[in-house]
Amino acid sequence: MMKQKHLLGLEHFPADDLAKIIETSFSFKEILDRPIKKVPSLQGKTIVNLFFENSTRTRISFELAQKRLSADTVNFSASSSSLKKGESFKDTVQNIEAMKIDAVVMRHPSPGSSLHLTKYIDSVVINAGDGTHEHPTQAILDMTSLKERFGKIEGLKIGIIGDIAHSRVARSNIYGLNKMGAEVMVCGPPTLVPYDIQSLGVQITHNLDEILDWADAINVLRIQLERMDRGLFPSVREYRNLFGITNERLQKHNKEIVIMHPGPMNRGVEIDSAAADGKSAIILDQVLNGVASRMAILYLFLGGNQNES
Amino acid sequence: MNLKKIPKKLLLRGGKILDPTLDKLKKADILIEKNKIAAIGSKIKDDNASIIDCNGLVITHGFCDLHVHFREPGQEDKETLATGSLAALAGGFTRVCAMPNTSPPLDSPEAINFIVDKSVDCPIFIHPIGAVTKNQKGEELTEIQGMIKEGAVAISDDGIPISDAQVMRLALEYTSMFDIPVINHAEDESLRNNGVMNEGDNSIRLGLKGNPSLSESIMIQRDLELANLVNTKIHIPHVSTSKAVSNIKRMKKINPKITAEVTPHHLYFNDQALSGYNTNFKVAPPIRSEDDRKALIKGIKDGTIDCVATDHAPHTIEEKEDLFDMAPFGMIGLESCFGVINKILDIPINLIIKLITKSPREIMGFNNNLFEIGSYIELTIVDPNLEWVFNKNNIYSKSKNSPFIGETLKGKVLYTLSKGYLADLNTIN
Ligand SMILES: [Zn+2]
Repeated sequence: MMKQKHLLGLEHFPADDLAKIIETSFSFKEILDRPIKKVPSLQGKTIVNLFFENSTRTRISFELAQKRLSADTVNFSASSSSLKKGESFKDTVQNIEAMKIDAVVMRHPSPGSSLHLTKYIDSVVINAGDGTHEHPTQAILDMTSLKERFGKIEGLKIGIIGDIAHSRVARSNIYGLNKMGAEVMVCGPPTLVPYDIQSLGVQITHNLDEILDWADAINVLRIQLERMDRGLFPSVREYRNLFGITNERLQKHNKEIVIMHPGPMNRGVEIDSAAADGKSAIILDQVLNGVASRMAILYLFLGGNQNES
Repeated sequence: MNLKKIPKKLLLRGGKILDPTLDKLKKADILIEKNKIAAIGSKIKDDNASIIDCNGLVITHGFCDLHVHFREPGQEDKETLATGSLAALAGGFTRVCAMPNTSPPLDSPEAINFIVDKSVDCPIFIHPIGAVTKNQKGEELTEIQGMIKEGAVAISDDGIPISDAQVMRLALEYTSMFDIPVINHAEDESLRNNGVMNEGDNSIRLGLKGNPSLSESIMIQRDLELANLVNTKIHIPHVSTSKAVSNIKRMKKINPKITAEVTPHHLYFNDQALSGYNTNFKVAPPIRSEDDRKALIKGIKDGTIDCVATDHAPHTIEEKEDLFDMAPFGMIGLESCFGVINKILDIPINLIIKLITKSPREIMGFNNNLFEIGSYIELTIVDPNLEWVFNKNNIYSKSKNSPFIGETLKGKVLYTLSKGYLADLNTIN
């Protein structure tokens, strides 16, 4: 069992519980390698996937994790704009809770929405991304993938490249990696990597070669092309020239750099196919580890029966 | 609150009189007859008078707030002139200036007349502030002379910054014909960039859009330079940043017509308070950093900031229960004001009282001779040392959006005497 009732973010999450989730992820990954990939751990538990923002990947990953654990799942998708027109957020979630459920996995565009949700319902809340705030399950699967690759997290040098300012993946990774004893450096144009980010406990660089030289592994974030309209960077071409991960760029550094990406990728923008599909990339491992980590998270937060796994 | 007419004869016995125009406390009784001061002296005896025992209490001018939102007309679910008046009485306020960002806005002589007419029966004095521009669009000037004639005491598009510098210049120039202040909600909208809290470490952590302190200080500097160009009164509302305090301090040296206010919440909280995403802390301008908060207190002490105004901004529970980035800006502030500033400011009581009596009245040109024989009664009686927990029962506003709920405050209003009414606050709700 976890010390906290909900998984809202990693900023205030205990390090020992985080380590426990990562360890448990490996146990569940073994199950995913079996011919029959289903365990009865969460039989009889009902989980609602409440997605106010489109995310096929994260939702499928959660759904699969729930099915593998034999939980009953219900999907609720609504754009927050259609919600705005009628029912309030509070009414919607209280209605769902009234149907006697055990947990809610929520993705919502507003920062703080998962904390907000805990005020109105008694079920366990798992944050599947709250705006530009946190995305703890992504960070956990990223750390699981790092541990799988390196055998440890402590002492690793991890670079995060891209739009740090607006990234919940970056925030949760920074908190989690710092807790597990890794060092973090972030990189991107100053318009996407503001100075105040330093307060989260990271080094900042605006020079891609500097971070590539330093890092054992890099997490390449998806560039939201709509940011361009707001003048945060001038063009895809210039972004790619400055921060794009290409094989030519990587080869300058004469060492292996492990490459991660939370997906979905803009190939040819923040990362080239050659780099994304190369030997050093663990992007597809991340996808499978996503299911295993989410199984571990649901299992530990919903108090599944230890003997059954 | 027990609200009734002031008895025909009322003796305030044993209190200390604090006349904010004189800067000293003096022990004396006050006899009130037919809503006017009949006598001030020691050991006044009158067998026919009702008596309020004021031992240990301070009797001073009724408080005056330059900045409230009473939401009438148009948003009566949040507040009305009647409920706003009760909130004012509960906070010791006998006189308020109501901002024009109503629905529709107070942007015509007729709209000003509506407020003046409707507030006749209210137990406090409500002075409307007229809009600077038609429909608060920041484009065309309103009929300022006509609004003043109907009772407007200042002009402001508060809630919405006047973005166009030329419009601000014209407003200041045109208003220089009249002796009233221009008040601009100073936040540069392009720099504010839809920020919902102060830009800094905590906005980064919470993933909320930041509003940098420069959005305020840059627009205030623009406004002060413009005001310098023409000889007009300019009043800066809800100063929130250290940089703005510096700008005001510097510009005040060359222009005596500049005045400035600060809210109790900007003096009391810093942006770390937003960590729980409590929407009651969502205000415009935002609660700033601890350095900013300290600079505001220093600004009060050195006279850069003239007065405290609440920016009382009621919103319904439903609106404030929304997600942080969706909820509206604003908190109520009338009921908690005195206890908050008396607790947080380490300055003598006479200086604290001045911030909510003499100074705001001076800025608006209201009568400050309230302790003369024959003066119409407009007094507030406080216990400056009483520590008490502010809770929902102390709120008389129609809305309850206060982050001070549960906070221990120091100093409490016990009686407010206003417009012939006696509000007794020893009983709650
Ligand atoms: Zn304002």
